[in-house]
Amino acid sequence: MPVVEINNIVKRFGSNTVLDDVSLSVDRGEVITVLGRSGSGKSTMLRCINGLEPIQGGSIRVDGVEVNDPACDLRVLRQNVGIVFQSFNLFPHLSVCDNITLAPRIVQRQAREHSRDLARGVLRQVGLEDKLDAFPNSLSGGQKQRVAIARSLAMHPKVMLFDEVTSALDPELTGEVLKVLEGVAAAGMTMILVTHEIGFARRFGSRVVFMHHGKVHEIGPAAETLANPQTAEFAAFLSAVLH
Amino acid sequence: MHLARAVVRYGFQFRDVLAAWELFVEGLLVTLTLSVAAFAGGLALGVLGAAIRTYGPGWAKFLVSSYVAVVRNTPLLVQLFVIFFGLPALGIRLDSMTAAIIALIFNLGAYTVEIVRAGFESIPEGQLEAGRALGLSGPQIFRHVVLFQSMRSMVPALSSQFIFFMLGTAAVSQIAVTDLFHTASLVQSRTFRDFEVYIVIAGIYLVLAQVMRLVFAGGYRLAFGGRS
Ligand SMILES: Nc1ncnc2c1ncn2[C@@H]1O[C@H](COP(=O)(O)OP(=O)(O)O)[C@@H](O)[C@H]1O
Ligand SMILES: [Mg+2]
Repeated sequence: MPVVEINNIVKRFGSNTVLDDVSLSVDRGEVITVLGRSGSGKSTMLRCINGLEPIQGGSIRVDGVEVNDPACDLRVLRQNVGIVFQSFNLFPHLSVCDNITLAPRIVQRQAREHSRDLARGVLRQVGLEDKLDAFPNSLSGGQKQRVAIARSLAMHPKVMLFDEVTSALDPELTGEVLKVLEGVAAAGMTMILVTHEIGFARRFGSRVVFMHHGKVHEIGPAAETLANPQTAEFAAFLSAVLH
Repeated sequence: MHLARAVVRYGFQFRDVLAAWELFVEGLLVTLTLSVAAFAGGLALGVLGAAIRTYGPGWAKFLVSSYVAVVRNTPLLVQLFVIFFGLPALGIRLDSMTAAIIALIFNLGAYTVEIVRAGFESIPEGQLEAGRALGLSGPQIFRHVVLFQSMRSMVPALSSQFIFFMLGTAAVSQIAVTDLFHTASLVQSRTFRDFEVYIVIAGIYLVLAQVMRLVFAGGYRLAFGGRS
């Protein structure tokens, strides 16, 4: 059974159709990279998957659960779907440890003592174990993003969504975050990444999706598709990004 | 020069006035009680009102904005009189202290709504979204993400508002509450030293305001210190 199953979804903002008959099925352990110009609907697609945006047609299933079924408990769903944003969105009044353990404690009702170990564990995964008691403001952009990834990992999601998580970072900080993503992928996490890092997509992606005007314009195995784009639009996009 | 000579001729005499220190202390305690009650009640009302204004349904938002508009566009004195002299017509009879506390909470609450609301709105949307994405419910996001963080940014504005408000509680003397300001007329009728009485009263208000400033600053450091 696929972890994420998107079937012919339609998403509109008023009269603006942002996702137009989009389908995508993601298997366990797959790393899907989503490419496309700004405004093509990439972020919106991710936000629909964890129910941050309602859809107007089609269906989305995560681990067999229908996201847009009114009976679906979005709070339960969201424990299975991690999302990491471009702008980190850490809680500045909480320590790194509390940022990570807030949801496990109050949503999953874990004991405080246990949750500190949990935080230590996920911080080790992102290489920031020594920042357990630091506050977000004392961290670099790359470190903040790694904490945001750790916060998401701490919920033990079945799939993780990444929305341009390196786009707000200076080039020299991008590498450290990509390295963490690589580790998360290697650990077997199912991932959907919106990114402009073609190199990452080629090396670690199982498949690439090229979105154009709210549609999946092209989709295929990562390395081959990136080497031989089948549509003029994807070819143009790639040459613009690579040069 | 003229003024200096006038001061000398007047011949300040504080002895009789200061001899009535017990009255001043009583008045001060009443003002303090009124202020603290109004701070607590006004803050609770303000947070509640701001939460409704920011997150509530349309009709409730409208109710809160009407309340805020009415209070902010009418004098405190009129609000006091409506509650103290008006409500008995509806069969609601309140002693002057109770009426004063109700009116003050009602008044301060409205000003507090505006400050607290600005604080809530200063929390970036991305943080609320991160909370939602982590599976937190609306009330949980409010409590763990919005409330504490925004209180921190509100404290400076709230403490000036509260101190300004404390000075304004002098209006309650008009419905015969024996607050600090009311004490002045008591002492004045005993001593006939108007000038000295009001200088002493001014001094007490000044000290009270400064002490409150220190208390608020200390409380702020206690609650929010150490967190960057
Ligand atoms: N909350 C919103 N309200 C109205 N329009 C939106 C909203 N979010 C996104 N859009 C529109 O949807 C389209 C796709 O946006 P987005 O998914 O952010 O694209 P991408 O992530 O590919 O840059 C854009 O035209 C954008 O203006
Ligand atoms: Mg986007």
